[in-house]
Amino acid sequence: MAQRQATGMWASFITWLDARMPVTETWEYHLSKYYAPKNFNVWYIFGSLSIFVLVMQIITGIWLTMSYVPTGEGAFASVEYIMRDVELGWLIRYLHSTGASAFFIVVYLHMFRGLMYGSYRTPRELLWLIGMAIYLCLVVEGFLGYLLPWGNMSYWGAQVIVSLVGAVPWIGPDLMEWVRGDFLMSGITLNRFFALHVAALPIVLIVLVFLHLVALHHVGSNNPDGVEIKQNTDENGVPRDGIAFHPYYTVHDIHGVVVFLFIFCVAVFFAPEMFGYFIEAPNFTVADPLKTPDHIAPVWYYTPFYAMLRAATFPLLGVPAKFWGLVVMGSAILVPMVLPWLDKSPVKSIRYKGVASKVMLGLFTISFLVLGYLGTIPPNPFATLLAQAMTMVYFSYFILMPWYTRVEKTKPEPDRVTMR
Amino acid sequence: MPRICIAERPRAGAPFSLPSTPARRSVAVARTLLLAFLLTLPLAASPSEVAVLDLMVPDLRDLPSLQRGAKLYLNYCHGCHTLKYQRFERTAEDLGIPNELFKQNLIFTGVKIGSLMDNSMDDQTSRNWFGAPPPDLTMVTRARRKEGSRGLFFQNLASGHLEGGGPSWVYTFLRSFYVDAARPFGVNNVVFPDVGMPNVLEDLQGMQRLECQGRHACKLVLDDGGALTVEEFDQAMYDIVNFLWYTSEPSRLDRYRIGVYVLLFIVILGVFTYLLNREFWKDVHE
Repeated sequence: MAQRQATGMWASFITWLDARMPVTETWEYHLSKYYAPKNFNVWYIFGSLSIFVLVMQIITGIWLTMSYVPTGEGAFASVEYIMRDVELGWLIRYLHSTGASAFFIVVYLHMFRGLMYGSYRTPRELLWLIGMAIYLCLVVEGFLGYLLPWGNMSYWGAQVIVSLVGAVPWIGPDLMEWVRGDFLMSGITLNRFFALHVAALPIVLIVLVFLHLVALHHVGSNNPDGVEIKQNTDENGVPRDGIAFHPYYTVHDIHGVVVFLFIFCVAVFFAPEMFGYFIEAPNFTVADPLKTPDHIAPVWYYTPFYAMLRAATFPLLGVPAKFWGLVVMGSAILVPMVLPWLDKSPVKSIRYKGVASKVMLGLFTISFLVLGYLGTIPPNPFATLLAQAMTMVYFSYFILMPWYTRVEKTKPEPDRVTMR
Repeated sequence: MPRICIAERPRAGAPFSLPSTPARRSVAVARTLLLAFLLTLPLAASPSEVAVLDLMVPDLRDLPSLQRGAKLYLNYCHGCHTLKYQRFERTAEDLGIPNELFKQNLIFTGVKIGSLMDNSMDDQTSRNWFGAPPPDLTMVTRARRKEGSRGLFFQNLASGHLEGGGPSWVYTFLRSFYVDAARPFGVNNVVFPDVGMPNVLEDLQGMQRLECQGRHACKLVLDDGGALTVEEFDQAMYDIVNFLWYTSEPSRLDRYRIGVYVLLFIVILGVFTYLLNREFWKDVHE
């Protein structure tokens, strides 16, 4: 498609800029001449949605910071001040709290797309690792943010998770004191969590997202068929199965964002607590070191890993179970990092992989969802047994992968994308 | 025309009267039947078992109810329990009570009407008196969501109330006090076993007794009546909880109203973005 030449004042302005900064070059490299596969399906919206939610969290976060008081004495009251006295403060607050849950839904679906279509395979290993780093930062960012309202669940949830740090052998108790900044969870902990949540981690997240996009654009996007579109280019070097990101995917993603916004706004305006899963009921009472909630549970997006933590119930090698729980939980969060080196399949996408991969991915998904549910309920003997079994299913997806991806019978990967 | 509620402190012994409308009467009948039915249900005697809760569906558009609730709350509860995240003036404005009237009748400490609804109860003193300071109640109907939803999840949804059973919990709590000589204040509560407070509403309700046949078949029996009949008392408790539902989120009605317009806008926008997308992708063959 021929590009129209910009004319007049605008053209002169762009020429002025181009002489000083690579504006047109950047625009073309990342947008108007970045060729993405034309067979993206609905699973490919979640990357753009992640950026959208990140920007929304930052903007609502800035406005919240204008009225929020990060002290033990003032935090809870300042949140209610925002909810009642600040003009549309309640909306900003709900956008941010619902946005946090939306962020995890969108990111989990984005990662699942990666698992399905082999987006972590060569040459995208680094892209995948940067993505995992973003996920880790997000996990920490969410944990830090949840303490800030200084409700009773905020306090006790943070108390439990920080005490995990104390399970590290030898240095545990000192490490806990270092994290808390005090001998117990206090306003000092709140203040430092505020600094990390509002300044430090957002900067790290933005840098990582930038690197994520740079790494992506260098190798080009994967697609549902796992076909490398750069291997089939026309006389101009443009992939035959590619289309310009702008305007095709910019326009496409705008519609995707609008659909997302509808679902998101139903939650924000009509169910911001989401039946006690987005904003937990004990958080409507101020933090009280003397009053433990009936059941301390982390927010829903951490519950799969929390269930694994609680599933470790027996000591090993003279080290208490609490530490092994920490090891299991940490491994569960980190093990997806090595996926690019575990997957020995000749094909990338689940569409052409064998039955074993499909079954294992299905089992992995089920284990994640079941563990997620188990993490929300108080422990009981049957639930613990189930959590232990599901933890093993979760890890077997990864540990057995080098074997089942190699021995299974795959379908031949096509040369060109299919528009299925 | 805002409905003006003449709020006054109840004189000792004076009956508490409610304006009687057809709607009020039919609701009162329904409540009596419900209460009679519920009083015959077995109630758990042991604290570890959960009491059966009565469904309470708040109605924030019922301004007279909110006004009565505010009056009752400020006269009976506010002495010990703060509403320190809510302001007097916001309450007056949202409930349709003129500022001067509100100030004269419902602000007992002489503070400015823009102040937060704090009280003079000292934390240390109340700890000595009750064992623990009386909790702030601004958001109690949201904090008790989980306890209140037990057994009532589907009823709440069916009655169009999506925001949990907290109101039901508080409503049942206020009506479930009974005589218990073993407690410091001589009363206990079926919904909140070993509660640390006296039954402040005794003069309105009268005193109940817990009658148990065997360990588990327990029910509450009203011994001496109070200034209000059973239906009037239930209505008064409804009003208080309705008011507390309001204080838990004053902007709730705004949220629903604006939400409808936002969703409508998004739907219309979505039609256009869909068409635009379809138009652009027409030239991508296959």
